[in-house]
Amino acid sequence: MPSPQMVMYEDEYKKINHIIEKLLREANSKVIFLVDKNGQLISGVGETERFDTTSLASLTAGNIAATGGLAKLIGEKEFSILFHEGEKDNLHISIVGGRVILVVLFDSRSSLGLVRLRVKKASEELTAIFDGLLKRAEEKEKSSDSEFPFAEITDDDIDNLFR
Amino acid sequence: MSFINYASREINCKIVYYGPGLCGKTTNLQFVYNKTAPEAKGKMISLATETERTLFFDFLPLALGEIKGFKTRFHLYTVPGQVFYDASRKLILKGVDGVVFVADSQEERIDANIESLDNLNINLKEQGYDLNRLPFVVQYNKRDLPNIVSVEELRRELNPANVPDFEACATTGEGVFETLKAIAKLILIDLKKGK
Ligand SMILES: Nc1nc2c(ncn2[C@@H]2O[C@H](COP(=O)(O)OP(=O)(O)OP(=O)(O)O)[C@@H](O)[C@H]2O)c(=O)[nH]1
Ligand SMILES: [Mg+2]
Repeated sequence: MPSPQMVMYEDEYKKINHIIEKLLREANSKVIFLVDKNGQLISGVGETERFDTTSLASLTAGNIAATGGLAKLIGEKEFSILFHEGEKDNLHISIVGGRVILVVLFDSRSSLGLVRLRVKKASEELTAIFDGLLKRAEEKEKSSDSEFPFAEITDDDIDNLFR
Repeated sequence: MSFINYASREINCKIVYYGPGLCGKTTNLQFVYNKTAPEAKGKMISLATETERTLFFDFLPLALGEIKGFKTRFHLYTVPGQVFYDASRKLILKGVDGVVFVADSQEERIDANIESLDNLNINLKEQGYDLNRLPFVVQYNKRDLPNIVSVEELRRELNPANVPDFEACATTGEGVFETLKAIAKLILIDLKKGK
């Protein structure tokens, strides 16, 4: 398989949320999402209930994938920052640590310059955490011992999902 | 690549519906969407052309229930089947946990099916996957039409490895949930191995 299982643990989750909450305040933004490159939402802070976060995550990942494809066509590695300007709200989308997508939604109470500045700082902190997570996942994969919750799945468990 | 979140106790898996243009991939998702209880599904997103051909992907998130205290979510995607959208198909296969190949049973589409399956193999290989090792099921769709190829012949051409396969009519929904259930099961069994 191409890359190890993506996992998230309590400790790292708390640290990540702490960082994006700080970013939310310091960048004067409305909502911040972290999305896996495969389109799965990792976390969100701010006015998240106003948005369909699952759709947002999938479309963001599709967007990054499509522009990444464009980048390769013109000989770039990837476009690490995307900016979409709306009438009221703007989206700043960036890639963190090569693997995770950071989405910042902000309006005229903030500015692109400020968002860019704060995102840069937060990205460094987030990268460190995601690198650690990746290492942990790789080690887990090697050592077959695990408190892996799905080792004990039964056929009944699976059938019950489709009742 | 499934994503296990121990903090929010969730597990997310990605299922991709693959197959030639007009074989009924989008129709499969629409049927699942229509028949799933509101609390178990999210919005269905279709990035389509004005003539309802898939342009980039369809997306349907399902939250079916819990296993061992983990919320189990399946993210269903379709690819655009038209040959010239190959770049988009490659993107959508990224991070896939299981594939449903939807075949069009009509006689005149047999070559299109074979070509699409070959394309699936190539695109998976390019990303380091092996279709023989990936959860994979086949659906023979459009069984309601008159000019169809027998299941035996389709099986010979499209399912030599003898993975689970199903006859279907996606417009009426026949076989649609059987197919989904089968791929979900294979994915969960794969997880069980803790690969
Ligand atoms: N008779 C019949 N028609 C079907 C069946 N499944 C799908 N169709 C029809 O076939 C046409 C194409 O279906 P779609 O689901 O849009 O096909 P698709 O595979 O998503 O096509 P692309 O997006 O171009 O890749 C539609 O008009 C459907 O109503 C079936 O089982 N029987
Ligand atoms: Mg379609």
